[in-house]
Amino acid sequence: MRRSIAPTRFPAMLALAATLAVAGCASKDQIPNTAADLGLSGGAGTPGSSQDFTVNVGDRIFFDTDSSAIRADAQATLARQAQWLNQYSQYAITIEGHADERGTREYNLALGARRAAATRDFLVGRGVAANRIKTISYGKERPVAVCDNISCWSQNRRAVTLLGGPSS
Amino acid sequence: MRRIARTLATFGLVLMIAGMLGTIPARALLQIDVTKGTVEPLPIAITDFLSGDETGVEISNVIAADLRRSGLFAPIDKAAFIERNSNPDAAPRFADWTVINAQAVVNGRVTQEADGRLKVIYRLWDTYAGQQLIGEQFFTERSKWRRVAHIIADSIYERLTGEKGYFDTRIVYVDESGPRDQRVKRLAIMDQDGANHRLLTNGQSIVLTPRFSPNRQEITYMSYENGQPQVYLLQLETGQRELVANFPNMTFAPRFSPDGQKVIMSLLRDDGNSNIFTLDLRSRNTTRLTNSNSIDTSPSYAPDGSRIVFTSDRGGRAQLYVMGADGSNPKRISFGDGTYSTPVWSPRGDLIAFTKQSGGDFQIGVMRPDGSGERIISTGFLQEGPTWAPNGRVLMFFAQAPGAAGPQLQSIDLTGRNKQTIATPNFGSDPAWSPLLE
Repeated sequence: MRRSIAPTRFPAMLALAATLAVAGCASKDQIPNTAADLGLSGGAGTPGSSQDFTVNVGDRIFFDTDSSAIRADAQATLARQAQWLNQYSQYAITIEGHADERGTREYNLALGARRAAATRDFLVGRGVAANRIKTISYGKERPVAVCDNISCWSQNRRAVTLLGGPSS
Repeated sequence: MRRIARTLATFGLVLMIAGMLGTIPARALLQIDVTKGTVEPLPIAITDFLSGDETGVEISNVIAADLRRSGLFAPIDKAAFIERNSNPDAAPRFADWTVINAQAVVNGRVTQEADGRLKVIYRLWDTYAGQQLIGEQFFTERSKWRRVAHIIADSIYERLTGEKGYFDTRIVYVDESGPRDQRVKRLAIMDQDGANHRLLTNGQSIVLTPRFSPNRQEITYMSYENGQPQVYLLQLETGQRELVANFPNMTFAPRFSPDGQKVIMSLLRDDGNSNIFTLDLRSRNTTRLTNSNSIDTSPSYAPDGSRIVFTSDRGGRAQLYVMGADGSNPKRISFGDGTYSTPVWSPRGDLIAFTKQSGGDFQIGVMRPDGSGERIISTGFLQEGPTWAPNGRVLMFFAQAPGAAGPQLQSIDLTGRNKQTIATPNFGSDPAWSPLLE
């Protein structure tokens, strides 16, 4: 179902520009959540590949408790995502909205959906075509970090942008 | 108490209560007041029913276990019995029972009819008054002996408490296995005492929030099997599954209306908010009940169908609201410190149970439908999703301790007494209690 499509071509000039843009966005006051932020960008992923997106751009953003507001650090990540997606327009994407385990099941399904929609709206506002984007909420069903304190909960309140699927 | 012959048609079974066995109308000499915060469980002797095989012992054990789990009865150890095998055709030797402090005695007999069916008769006696309180007989397929035992336990419970029983019921819930970040979830169903456990889905898709139809034959639930999470129906007898309606966006939080004709649920809007709709199962028409720029979810009907309680964050954070069945006049009812969700209306109509998050804990509580009389029944690290026993006296929910690998089902009396963990093969969540069959 989630199928990454290898780009058919990646102009070297544009790829270089993307790398520079990534480097320019990583600033010290952000939570480091990408390899680029941690200074590990060298050689990680072919430009335009899904690995490039995940490692160098950052495929996920995080939210405050019971909130779907796009935080400042998340805005920086989404700006990079939008730039990358506008460059590699062959990709359709699915945005997964997630909640932490500190809410009840049905409310968290709705909260995850709202986070996915807020993420989508931000990307659309930065020029990514809406018909490339699907959203899905997993509520609290798919935590990435499993412990019973805030260090895990803060990682689970997230929206993840997945590459894949044909544009509709 | 006078009951005429009735027929219970369930899953092809015909179970008959053939009639009363000469009940002497007695004043309620023996009565448990279930509304008190503390109750001394009533000592009761459940004798082994006379039978040619183990069935009599097994029936009496199921009855005793049901009554014991309710917290209102203390079945006496059979080793203490003086009169071991009591013949239900004659009055027990009451002095032999009062001397071991048995306030009530149950005796019975199981025989096999020429057609292979079981005939079960039993009587409930008040030992101090020296009177029969109940006498009934049943005919059933041998395989359904547990149901007969639960029905007998319900009759004893009702006769001695004045409240309907809840033992001839089932629980549908979500069986959880595997690691927490890749949890496998399957629908499962079992009798309320854990017997006859059965998995209903194969675990390939996430399934959530199963709920019974009023006739107990159908389940509505949410599944990810179609890619987009949606509300489904499952026929218990045939195993047939059906998408309720193919909406472009997620549908979730389903429940049946009290007449079973509609499913009420949340539908995600394109803008990320969720509103409440009903779907008429015959006409397939949908009706929008809320239209707010907020999360409106977890709708639950009052038992008379006139009103709906739901969760909404329209005021900023999740709170409980009550509106008319047509969506009219929504009114906030929860005003305590914290957030409120998962409201579910009691089958008696008198209370709404909910999950409350306050001070870092999760709480299970109840309030009256006008929001007054809020009372917290259970508090813990993570506990959620109450469901009512059909008599409105007992709640079941799921709970997970910090550091635990998964959640378990728990039940608790409305008074906050008698919290019990329900044994399940794996972890369990999202329980829903079936109605009683009338």
